[in-house]
Amino acid sequence: MAEHSKRFPVQHIIGFVLSIVLTLLAAWAALGSDLPVKWIITGIMTLAVIQAGIQLFMFMHMTERESGGGHVPWNMMFHGFVLAAIIVAGSLFTMSFGFTHDHEDGGNHQQEEKHEEQSGH
Amino acid sequence: MSAHELKSGPLEYRTQEGQMSILGFWIFLAAEIVLFSTLFATYAVLFGRTADAPAPGELFEIETVLIMTFLLLISSFTCGIAVHNMRKGAVKAFITWMVITLLLGLGFLGFEIYEFVHYAHEGATLQSAAYWSAFFTLAGTHGLHVTLGIGWATMILIQVAKRGFTPMTSRKGFIISLYWHFLDVVWIFIFTSVYLIGMVV
Amino acid sequence: MKLDEFFVTGEPLIYAGMVSIVLVSSAVIFLLTYFKRWGWLWREWLTTVDHKKIGIMYILSALAMLFRGGMDALMMRVQLAFPDMNFLNAQHYDEIFTTHGTVMIIFMAMPFLIGLMNIIVPLQIGARDFAFPFVNALSFWSFFFGAMLFNISFVIGGSPDAGWTSYTPLAGAAMSPGPGQNFYLMGLQLSGIGTLATGINLMVTILKMRAPGMKMFQMPIFTWSTLVTCFIIVFAFPILTVALALMTIDRIFGAQFFTLTGEGLPMMWANLFWMWGHPEVYIVILPAFGIFSEVIATFARKRLFGYNAMVWSMILIAGLSFLVWVHHFFTMGAGAFVNSVFSVSTMLIAVPTGVKIFNWLATLYKSKIEFTTPMMWALAFIPSFVIGGVTGVMLGMAAADYQFHNSYFLIAHFHYVLIAGTVFACFAGLEYWYPKMFGHKLNERFGKLSFWLFVIGFHVTFFPQYFVGLDGMPRRVFTIIPEWMPLNVISTVGAFGMGLGFAVFCYNIYYSYRNSKREETGDSWNGRTLEWATPTPVPFYNFATVPHVDKYDAFLAMKEKGETTYDEDKLEPIHMPSYTGKPIIMMAILAFASFALVFEWITLAVIGLIGTLIMMVIRSFDYDEGYHVEVEEIKRIERKARRL
Repeated sequence: MAEHSKRFPVQHIIGFVLSIVLTLLAAWAALGSDLPVKWIITGIMTLAVIQAGIQLFMFMHMTERESGGGHVPWNMMFHGFVLAAIIVAGSLFTMSFGFTHDHEDGGNHQQEEKHEEQSGH
Repeated sequence: MSAHELKSGPLEYRTQEGQMSILGFWIFLAAEIVLFSTLFATYAVLFGRTADAPAPGELFEIETVLIMTFLLLISSFTCGIAVHNMRKGAVKAFITWMVITLLLGLGFLGFEIYEFVHYAHEGATLQSAAYWSAFFTLAGTHGLHVTLGIGWATMILIQVAKRGFTPMTSRKGFIISLYWHFLDVVWIFIFTSVYLIGMVV
Repeated sequence: MKLDEFFVTGEPLIYAGMVSIVLVSSAVIFLLTYFKRWGWLWREWLTTVDHKKIGIMYILSALAMLFRGGMDALMMRVQLAFPDMNFLNAQHYDEIFTTHGTVMIIFMAMPFLIGLMNIIVPLQIGARDFAFPFVNALSFWSFFFGAMLFNISFVIGGSPDAGWTSYTPLAGAAMSPGPGQNFYLMGLQLSGIGTLATGINLMVTILKMRAPGMKMFQMPIFTWSTLVTCFIIVFAFPILTVALALMTIDRIFGAQFFTLTGEGLPMMWANLFWMWGHPEVYIVILPAFGIFSEVIATFARKRLFGYNAMVWSMILIAGLSFLVWVHHFFTMGAGAFVNSVFSVSTMLIAVPTGVKIFNWLATLYKSKIEFTTPMMWALAFIPSFVIGGVTGVMLGMAAADYQFHNSYFLIAHFHYVLIAGTVFACFAGLEYWYPKMFGHKLNERFGKLSFWLFVIGFHVTFFPQYFVGLDGMPRRVFTIIPEWMPLNVISTVGAFGMGLGFAVFCYNIYYSYRNSKREETGDSWNGRTLEWATPTPVPFYNFATVPHVDKYDAFLAMKEKGETTYDEDKLEPIHMPSYTGKPIIMMAILAFASFALVFEWITLAVIGLIGTLIMMVIRSFDYDEGYHVEVEEIKRIERKARRL
């Protein structure tokens, strides 16, 4: 954690390369691969969470000694993400009755798609 | 007060005020996570409700979105390098890297404005359907954060240029870097769950 | 816009309101000018960053709001007393129940509790001020201007009339055109900024500024309740911010979130509103639990029973509070599975709450109870709150809720928890800490009179409402059928009893100011926690020397060892923040922008927002680092305060 005394910011460069690679991987998975939609959504959301972790731990110094070992920041970020999950998944769960709605191409098709969207989060 | 003062370590943590401000900002970021996740939830629930407006898959272009993503990713990296230099006490390097960061941020904003105008021409506006209201509000709130961040960082750069690194200016520099990285975190989720999923489904 | 569209016209009651506003404001301006107090007002109060003064301003505003919300309530009760009453028409009745709910929750309950937290929490943990005193002043002014903006609506532009929950599509632009609903949106948005800032501020204060040695599990229970509450504020208020913003965008800029056109989804509003709204009710009840715990421990002369269980049950309640929001709209039709999940999580909350009730009872068990007024409020709270809680579990059963929903049964339930919980706690807390704040106690005789009037009035008002609700009387109707009359008459009589109790309480403030004995020590009630270790009145820096804490009930331990917060050998210059006028100016400009947005005057609103940004830039370049109080000065102040 004595990172600030180093002359060369190794951690930043590793984090940067990783985030570029992960972004390209996500874009390829979404547009270039033939995976089923459900798998794509699960996969790219996982990649997004990993990238968020890179920002928090490698760029934002979340757990450095001077911030009290990052005890409070870690706690707040953790609960923030738990709340995010509750809000997004909970809203989709609660409002799921609203997914069948009139559309030109018929309700059934839409509903199936929304189901996949829901499991992605 | 004096009991809390540190003699070593990064300048921004040396005073109790500095430690408290940084801690307070982390708590603020937690509130920001909830703020954005409420927007994400609204977007997810309203997904597909495009009424007579075009569907997102017809309008999203992967090239533009990838350029925007890379601009922000690179700016997050340069911002990290700026803080690295701040901790070495290099005022000039800090300012240079921060200016690069802000220019990249401006580039991002330029593409976002172009994108919004383009969608509006195609008939997808804030008013046209529930889905597009949610899209513009979510992406727009992020864009607004970037705009405010650029203005705020400019203020801090002026102060650093005038005063050099003191516990107070380096605290401000560190906090703006947290903010900037956080905007990148939010963008990663917009990139994934709005653009990529919007193009897949 | 014509002038008679700008001002509300045609209602005798509202004309009376206008006249009284003009009279009161001119009287205040006259008095301030006559006694040459403008400078004093500006220097000592409007620019203050002292947490104690800010707390007092919070409580005064909250009392004014309690008066306003109470008047609304009395007017509703008069209208509902008899069938076919013509006291209020339907429109005016709608406006009044909307403002009553909003004012009581947002502008009365929260600021009252935040005011008490402001004054007491730094004292309880041995801190000299908040972590961010400037932000604290900013929070107060954002609340204050938000409240003013909301309250002005009844004479300018017209009050909101879609209920305090503002369900769409009723609250949308199509069905509620005009500025009324915008007042609701902007007033809440403005004061919400302050609430979030206070939440962050208090969290950092509690986490980083405790007296040396004080561990988390040695903090007084009120401080713990504040910390948990702030945690909920930080995670719940952004949801409200977004919900309000989305409705504002809908109404002013024509978006389609909650509309019936463009495939909007009106039910999403209910979902977002209650995702904030349920945690919100815990934001106003947890500090109340904290106050009662302090009061009961002090006047039972015993250590609080099950301190750890109390803390953990609060943490558990905080966690569960984010998982139950759907029980507010079981009847929306989300389906049996969704309702069952939230029904179970709702009933789970009864468990930690029950733990707390038993802990209070166990604290009282075999103790020598001192029947002071604050203690009487606490004792009245326990059984009354249990009635409210148990009927809450009834409402939590989704199938049964289809019967109870939107009836007076629900009204009775939430008044039983919010009045017996929050309002009783506000009175208890104010009377308990009054000597610390103002240097004298409130008169006990008048205190008990107001207690009995209010508590009996409360039960007479709301107990019959359970039954009139089961008889089928729906909420939010402006007229009743003859069958519901007897119970409604009783309710109305009780409401006037509560009003009388509040009047006696206010008179008591005046009476005690004139007649009560001034406090000579800082320890008015033989207290247990650090706030009683300071002299009364509290010096502006709170603690001359901050004690080392190694136990729960820190002041009790200090008294046993004969320590005080004034140790002449350990005195050091104290660093204090300077007073500043920036918070009030910044928030006044933002209030101007919000007011312009209410009337959709976009140019003016943009000018106001730019003004706010300029104030923020000025603040950013402000390097005022406060000043130091010298040792000699501290000695002089302490000797005078301690009569040495």
